[in-house]
Amino acid sequence: MPEQVETDALAEKVIRVIAHTQRIPPESVSLDSTFEALKIDSLDGINIVFELEKEFNIEIPDDGVQNLRSVRDTIEGVRKLVRSKSQTAPPGAA
Amino acid sequence: MNRVAVTGLGLVCALGNTVAESWQRLIAGECRILPMRDPGSPPYKFRNGAEAWDFKPLDHFTEKDLVILERFALLAVVAAREAVAQSGIRFEGDLCDRSAVITGSSVGGQFTEEEGYIRLYRENNPKVAPLTIPRTMANAGASRISLEFGIHGPAYTIATACSSSNHALGQAFWMIRNGQITAAIAGGSEAVFAEGLLRAWEAMRVVAPDVCRPFSADRKGLSLGEGAGMLLLENWNHARARGAAILGEVIGFGMSSDAHHITQPCVEGPAKAIDWAIRDAGISPDQVDYINAHGTGTLANDAIETQAIRTVLGRRADSVLVSSTKSMHGHTLGAAGAIEAVACLLTLKHGLVPPTVNFTAPDPACNLNIVANEAARAPMHIALSNTFAFGGLNATLVLKGPED
Repeated sequence: MPEQVETDALAEKVIRVIAHTQRIPPESVSLDSTFEALKIDSLDGINIVFELEKEFNIEIPDDGVQNLRSVRDTIEGVRKLVRSKSQTAPPGAA
Repeated sequence: MNRVAVTGLGLVCALGNTVAESWQRLIAGECRILPMRDPGSPPYKFRNGAEAWDFKPLDHFTEKDLVILERFALLAVVAAREAVAQSGIRFEGDLCDRSAVITGSSVGGQFTEEEGYIRLYRENNPKVAPLTIPRTMANAGASRISLEFGIHGPAYTIATACSSSNHALGQAFWMIRNGQITAAIAGGSEAVFAEGLLRAWEAMRVVAPDVCRPFSADRKGLSLGEGAGMLLLENWNHARARGAAILGEVIGFGMSSDAHHITQPCVEGPAKAIDWAIRDAGISPDQVDYINAHGTGTLANDAIETQAIRTVLGRRADSVLVSSTKSMHGHTLGAAGAIEAVACLLTLKHGLVPPTVNFTAPDPACNLNIVANEAARAPMHIALSNTFAFGGLNATLVLKGPED
């Protein structure tokens, strides 16, 4: 399995969602930012997850939300859910 | 300062329509968090709730009453009637002006509010029902209770989310103790199983997918419940003079605000409320025999509550018996404090502690003497009842058994 490209379209979208939800400039959010450094608490976390579910049309489980600690975790979590969605979708489905 | 007697109790919740029915289930350790009658479409992420399963409004009210009162108010009135009947008190003469009705409810009449929105936004019909305001207002229960019993003194409703009814009981207790009033009907009610409200709870991701497991290592959140609890509080000498049976006593109340975070709990706030309540009661922490915990079953609450109890009770925290009856009747939000105060008073009376059911494994972060899965018999004199609300608002009651 090749190394994940550091920033790609999905990662950029996730960063945009986090930045928008927190009302901070996207450039202040990097792959290596921790939620703690960005002052994202549990309540912000459920807001971010809500927006991500809408943006990517995925369902993020409650346990997943509690384990989010960084931007990188979030991107990889979203990537996994998006992949498993495209694998389970019937052929020809959008 | 006047002593404050409890001379009447009333309960309607998932455990039953009366105090006696509910107590039977509490000591049997029967979890009444069951599949919700309406699982939602699409289904809610949680399938269970603690509805007031056996409550049939028409057993208690006329059709006309149901036009004016919605579910949370009906529950409040039925619990109040039971408490008043048990106390044998008659609101006559001066007592009418010297009595209060203080209730708690976190959201009031949600069903009616949602019906109005369905008309407005789904059906594009701007004509909402004319009784929307009186049915929805959070004081609908308090107002009906005062009207029904002819109580002309202070009557109001407190909304402090999950601490609402402990704040209501504490206010009533202090007013009687200070001599401002002679008697009060105090407690709270909540009816949470309205679709919009359930969706909002779902979005907060704090509801357990199956059942709440307070203080258990594998706990995954709270379970929602509905119901009402009401207590008849009365000036001790007044109760004695009229020959009333005294069921117990309220001896202390403490409250605090975390001033920390809108939803995340912290240790200091709850610890301050517990400490204040104990000081207000003039007892030492070593005298506490039982704590009916807030014990919601969320990861954060139960660990923080454990630390708060340890902070205030010191070594006593190793032995004091602790349980969360929410594991059986669910988290009834604005009714929680009142329902749990009733459970405490019965615990003190019978020397029998209702368990925390659904408990599977101890959590080192909740290292208290949890009464797990089966009721425990123990000599009982003094109990604490904790409520800690979203918004960081904490309220603790200290209750005493009927023996002296």
